[in-house]
Amino acid sequence: MTGVVGAIVEAWGELRIHKLRVLLALIGVACAVTAITGVTALVSMLNQSFKEQTERQSGRVVTLNVNAWSMGENATPPTGWDAEFERVLERYDITYASRNEWTQAMIRYPDGTRTTQVQAVDADLGTINRIVPEQGRWFTDADEEAMAPTLVVNEAFLEAQGLSDLSSHPTVQLGDRAPVRAAVVGVLRDEWADAEPVAYVLYDQFHRWIGPDGSGMQSGGSGPAVQGPMSAQVPSMYLWVPTELSTDLGDQIKRDMQAVAPGWQVDVQDNNYNTGGLDRATKWVGIGVGAFALLLGGLGLVNIALVTVRYRIREIGIRRSFGATSGRVFFGVMLESVVATVVAGLVGVVLAVAIIKNIPVERVFGGGIQDMPPFPVSAALVGMAAAVCVGALAGLIPAIVAVRVKVIDAIRY
Amino acid sequence: MTVLDLLDAPERLEPPAPVLELRGAARQFPGDPPVHALHPADLAVASGEYLSVVGPSGSGKSTLLNLLGLLDKPTEGEYLLDGIPTAGAGERDRAALRAGHIGFVFQAFHLMPHRTVLENVLLATLYSGVPRSERRDRALAALDRVGLSHRVDFLPTVLSGGERQRAAVARAVVAQPRVLLADEPTGNLDSESSASVLDLFDELHAGGLTLLVITHDDEVSARAQRRVRIADGYLREIP
Repeated sequence: MTGVVGAIVEAWGELRIHKLRVLLALIGVACAVTAITGVTALVSMLNQSFKEQTERQSGRVVTLNVNAWSMGENATPPTGWDAEFERVLERYDITYASRNEWTQAMIRYPDGTRTTQVQAVDADLGTINRIVPEQGRWFTDADEEAMAPTLVVNEAFLEAQGLSDLSSHPTVQLGDRAPVRAAVVGVLRDEWADAEPVAYVLYDQFHRWIGPDGSGMQSGGSGPAVQGPMSAQVPSMYLWVPTELSTDLGDQIKRDMQAVAPGWQVDVQDNNYNTGGLDRATKWVGIGVGAFALLLGGLGLVNIALVTVRYRIREIGIRRSFGATSGRVFFGVMLESVVATVVAGLVGVVLAVAIIKNIPVERVFGGGIQDMPPFPVSAALVGMAAAVCVGALAGLIPAIVAVRVKVIDAIRY
Repeated sequence: MTVLDLLDAPERLEPPAPVLELRGAARQFPGDPPVHALHPADLAVASGEYLSVVGPSGSGKSTLLNLLGLLDKPTEGEYLLDGIPTAGAGERDRAALRAGHIGFVFQAFHLMPHRTVLENVLLATLYSGVPRSERRDRALAALDRVGLSHRVDFLPTVLSGGERQRAAVARAVVAQPRVLLADEPTGNLDSESSASVLDLFDELHAGGLTLLVITHDDEVSARAQRRVRIADGYLREIP
C-alpha cells in the first residue's frame, strides 16, 4: 500500500516538474471528458425539457384521461360521477387528479359582457400539467374553501380586461343574472398568438355558483338560464398514476366509472408513449463524440509521453542504478500518465459542471425546466473511468520503452 | 571447555565476509571472435577498505564496475555482494541488492536537472526502504556531511562541478550503502574540485565506508589504501 502511495506521489512529482508538457497533453483529455460528461448532462436536460413540454400538453407520465360520451341524445348526466371520482381517488390511493370541464360563462369586460371559454378544473391540474403561471399563482387547496371564486386567466383575458398585470388585484364579474365577483390570482401565457380569452376556475367553485346540473353556464348563481342548456356532458378526469399500474388501473377505473354512468360510454386513455428513442440517440452521439475526442487526446498523450521517455532515459537509468525495479519503473511511467489523465478528467468534469450550471436554460431549451435533472454523476464517473483507461493505455507504450532502457547505456556518459 | 564455549567460539573466529567478492568472475561479449572484456578474476574487498581500480581507456574498467554494481552479470564465475551470491539472482533481487548495498557516483554526476539538490538526494531513499518519515532528515544530514547544507534547494544546474559531484556523493551515501562505487568521480572536475571530492572520499573512508573508485588517473588512484590495475581485461593487484 505504501509502495502504491509512494509511486503515486512520485508520479505527481514528476508531473509537477513537466507542467507544460502535461498541460499540452492533457487539454485533449480534459476536453473529451468535458464532452462526455457535458453532453450526457445536456441530453438529460434536453430530455427533461421535452418531457416537461409534453407533460404540459398531456400531463405527467402516466396520466389516465377518463372521458364519457352519452349514448343517446337525451341521456341525463350521471349524478354519481363526482362522488365516484372521489371514491376512485381514495380506493386506488391516487394523489394527483383533476376533473376538467370545458364550458362557458358570461364575463364582464370594460366593453361589455360576453361569453368566454371557461375551464373548470381541480387544483391538482397545476401539478399534473406542470402549469407555471407567468404572473401570480395557480390554484391552491385554500381556494376551494374561499368564499368567492378565484380565476386563473390567460394573457388575452387579462388584456381584454384592460390590464397588463395583477398589481391591482383585479376582480371580474362572472355571470349576468346573479353575478359574482371572482378574483384573478394568476395569468398563464397564451398558447398561441391571437388566443381567445380563457379563464380557469376551480371545478367545485364553478358548480357552486353555476349549479350542479351544468346547464346554467351563462347565468351565474342560481338564476334561470338565458340560453337553452348545452348538450349534456360530464367532466373528463385526469389521474396521475404509477407507470407500472397504469394499464390495470385504467381498466378498473373504467369499470368503476361505467357503473355510475348508465347510458354513457366511458373511455380511458393514457399518455404513456415511448419517447426514449431521441434520448438514446442523442446520448450515443454524445458518447461517440466524447470517445473520439478522448482517442485524439490519448494519441497526443502517447506521443508526448514517448518523446518524454526517450528524453528521460538517463533519469530512468539512474533510478534503476539506485534500486528501482523494472516493475517500479513501468508502474511509475504508467502511473504518471494515469495520474495526469485523472487530473485532466477532474478538470474536465469541473468544466462540464461549470458549463451545465451556467447554461442559459430558457434560451437553449425554449422554456424553463421545472424539475432540473441532477448533474449526471454516472456520466462524470464514466468520463473519469474513460480518462483513466486512456491514461493507462497511453502510458503502456512509454512504460514498455522505459523498462527496455539498458541501464549501462543510459548512465554511460 | 563447556558446550557454550564451543558454540561461541566459531563466531569469534569466523572472519567477516568481504563486502565485494569476485570468484573467477569473467565477462565475455558474444561476437566473432568473442570479446573477453574481463578475464576470470578474483577480487575481495573487505568492509571499510578503500580500493582503486586503475586502468587506461578500454581496459575493462566499466565492465568491472557494471559487474560490481549489479548492472551486469558475469558470464562465468560468481560475484558475492556482502556474502550473497548474485550470479543467479533475478532482476528484482539484484535491484533490491543495489538499493540496499550500493551507492553509485558517476563521472557525469547524473543529477536530475529539474529537481532540487535535496530532491536528487531523496531519490536514493525511494528504493532502499528508508522510512518515509526519515527520508528528509537523512537527506539533509547527507548534504550536511558533504558540505552542501547551503545548496539544499538549488537546482543542480546552478552548482559548480565540484558541488554537483558532492551532491552526487550525498545521494550515493544517503541510504547508508555497504559500498560506494565511484566511476571516474573526478573525470569532469578541475583540480581544485577533484581535490575536494577526494578529501570527501577520505572522510567517508575514515568514517568506515567501503569505497571502490575506478579511474584512469594515477593520482586519484594513489589516494586509495589498496590499488588494483586492470589492463586488457586482466585484473592484478598493485603492491
